[in-house]
Amino acid sequence: MTIWDAHIHLSGVPGDTPEARLERLLEYADRLGIERVCVFMGMKWSYDPSPDDLRQQNDEVWRAIRHFPERAFGFVYLNPNHLAASLAELDRCVRDGPMVGVKLWVARRCHEPALDPLVRRAAELKAVVLQHTYLKATGNLPGESTPTDLAQLAARHPDASFIAAHTGADWELGIRALRDTPNVSVELCGFDPTAGVTEMAVREVGAARVLYGSDAGGRSFASQLAKVLGAQISAADKQLILRDNLKRLLTPILQTKGIRI
Amino acid sequence: MNTLSALNRREFVQTAATAALAGFGSARAAAAPRSKAPAGTGRHPAWVDVNVTLGRWPFRRLPFDETSTLVGKLRQQGVTAAWAGTFDGVFHHDLAAANARLAEDCRRQGRGWLRPFGSVNPKLPGWKRDLQQCAEAHQMAGIRLHPTYHGYALDDAAFAQLLVLAGRHRLIVQIVADLEDERTQHPLARVPHANLQPLVPLLRAGTGARVVVLNWARSASLPLAKQLAEAGACLDIATVENVGGVDNLVRQLSVDRVVFGSHAPLFYFESAALKLQESALTAETSWAIRAGNAMRLLSPV
Repeated sequence: MTIWDAHIHLSGVPGDTPEARLERLLEYADRLGIERVCVFMGMKWSYDPSPDDLRQQNDEVWRAIRHFPERAFGFVYLNPNHLAASLAELDRCVRDGPMVGVKLWVARRCHEPALDPLVRRAAELKAVVLQHTYLKATGNLPGESTPTDLAQLAARHPDASFIAAHTGADWELGIRALRDTPNVSVELCGFDPTAGVTEMAVREVGAARVLYGSDAGGRSFASQLAKVLGAQISAADKQLILRDNLKRLLTPILQTKGIRI
Repeated sequence: MNTLSALNRREFVQTAATAALAGFGSARAAAAPRSKAPAGTGRHPAWVDVNVTLGRWPFRRLPFDETSTLVGKLRQQGVTAAWAGTFDGVFHHDLAAANARLAEDCRRQGRGWLRPFGSVNPKLPGWKRDLQQCAEAHQMAGIRLHPTYHGYALDDAAFAQLLVLAGRHRLIVQIVADLEDERTQHPLARVPHANLQPLVPLLRAGTGARVVVLNWARSASLPLAKQLAEAGACLDIATVENVGGVDNLVRQLSVDRVVFGSHAPLFYFESAALKLQESALTAETSWAIRAGNAMRLLSPV
């Protein structure tokens, strides 16, 4: 099996520089046979980053991936509360830079029309949009998106490709919310390795719409990889989830940029 | 297919530290140093999972929630013995019946492969009899407590009394801090984290009980885990997160305080197994976590 991880951060490991942290993360990834990783957000996070903060975090990711061009893809971190700055970051990091996707976190719920210009621009650039989604029994943050929010956004942008990070974490609800939205892939990272999640995802949306990701370093590569390797699904479906689906989503922008994989 | 064989073996061999292989089952046995395994463990080194649960999780069907299929899965992965509680012991009031079923279910698997850990709730009337039956009628090695699901705190006098009684019966006491992330619990079954701090002075006071804390990582900080370990408790790895989490835990605690627990079938077994690989442990450390520490708990000096 060849493994690409759709979701890691520069966190959970020591290191004074972005590249030092990514190097440590890749050492752990190596032990589990993970070939490539998608990395986003900087060394210090904030729920509602200012334009300067966005730029700094994206610079940190850019600096990290520059040291590991054969191993790491970068996604640009945007904040829909700062639309002009986010559009500028999208052009700087994706159109003119090395990044291949967009990361949206918890600054603003993603069903709101304010996100439409960002998604339209991302689709023009063929960049996949990865949106954090959670359904917390303890209550979401004010700007935290649910899978249903993402389904609404994705329905307005059928030409864009989306990744539902965490699939809501309460995955039985998240998968149901997203199953009729074909341009959204459900991603398995960032919640406990509860048995059955991958089997349900494959059953409900099909293996071609399921992605492995870890949320390392806050999460273990191991616990998240187990969701796929331990699932009662075919080896062919596992390979789709572990790499092939992500590769397919990234191929248009990689080809545009002339990046061979 | 066991966990390692699912990975690209060539890449794995190129990148993984050889010592990490010792953390895996039958396919990994060839690389595991046999010298640390006690004599008589047979062809494969021992691997003890101290945290499995039999029966039905009330909120969804789980892969491997039939005892025979769970045992088959664990055996396939290289596990040689497991300590089993029961979901009935979490949710039922008639714990005597739940424990009797658990004992029988384990017995059917043959020759002590599954060791039953009956449930005791010190807030139920007649709990001492449940404990006594676990020790005497069922000859169990230990009991499993669910303080958050059973509604008591660890500074409750009844809990201290239970620890003393368990010590007299030479029972291992497993304390389950959590069963699932509080953020994804069913809305009708919201259960708080366990406060494990009161356990520290009880252990220091010397109740005689051998204590294993399961699924603790969302309830306890690493400094508190260290206090628990220094006071004599063992802790499992089922809910330990962060990259290299097991290696970090061993460095913070003592290697002889960390035991292998998977929390299967609620969690994918492979989660705990792959954590050993991710952490690139020495062969000695891997052996201690996989089996040595659990065996020591079963045979105290």
